[in-house]
Amino acid sequence: MSEDAKPQARNAKPRDDLIRMTAERLDVAAISEAARTDDAGAVAVFVGVVRNENLSRRVLYLEYDAYPPMAERKMAEIAAAVRGRWPVTGVAMAHRTGRLEIGEASVVIAVASPHRADAIDACHWAIDTLKTTVPIWKKEVFEGGEEWLEGTAVEGVTSDE
Amino acid sequence: MQVRVLLFAQLREMAGARELCVEVGAGATAGEVRAAVGRERPALAGLLANCGLALNEAYVAEETPVRAGDVLALIPPVSGGER
Repeated sequence: MSEDAKPQARNAKPRDDLIRMTAERLDVAAISEAARTDDAGAVAVFVGVVRNENLSRRVLYLEYDAYPPMAERKMAEIAAAVRGRWPVTGVAMAHRTGRLEIGEASVVIAVASPHRADAIDACHWAIDTLKTTVPIWKKEVFEGGEEWLEGTAVEGVTSDE
Repeated sequence: MQVRVLLFAQLREMAGARELCVEVGAGATAGEVRAAVGRERPALAGLLANCGLALNEAYVAEETPVRAGDVLALIPPVSGGER
């Protein structure tokens, strides 16, 4: 992607938020610690993992494709929206691409907040929003075939201004 | 003008490429660039109607004008899974 094709950054993430697309194995503990702040009493962590069955098919493995710079931009927008809606002190989001085996983590979202209800609610909203707005796709390879799973046709997401 | 088009998921597999360049007239819209891809690669045409559009990393409506040097990504429905 040529640098001059990138627009001006909007909703740039706060300096400390970890936002990453990677082909490497996700370190859940490190991502959780990246979100934690000393003024947080709670870190809510969501881990998406590869399941062995879907639509009555035995899943062998998944392959994830993504548009990484835009995915990071959309994740940063989600982090900014979370910070606008809840008293959040830290956010970390990471999604993996490439081939993932059963049981491996595909996505980790960690949200830190002084109290647990806000951390849990914000984390819940963040993963639900990621799943409908971030340009990431998965191909399911199952016994008897393979299929790119289609969920939501995307629409623009605007974080609260 | 030349516009770079990025392909993902099933579009990438069918085209055998991550990126195409299409030639469109000045003032073409994002939707018109998408249609140009369908003409250049007829095998993809049936999938394009379900694809959203992202111009320079932001989702746009199909009426949005495209400029020379822009990067248009064709966005198939994202794979969210069940809640």
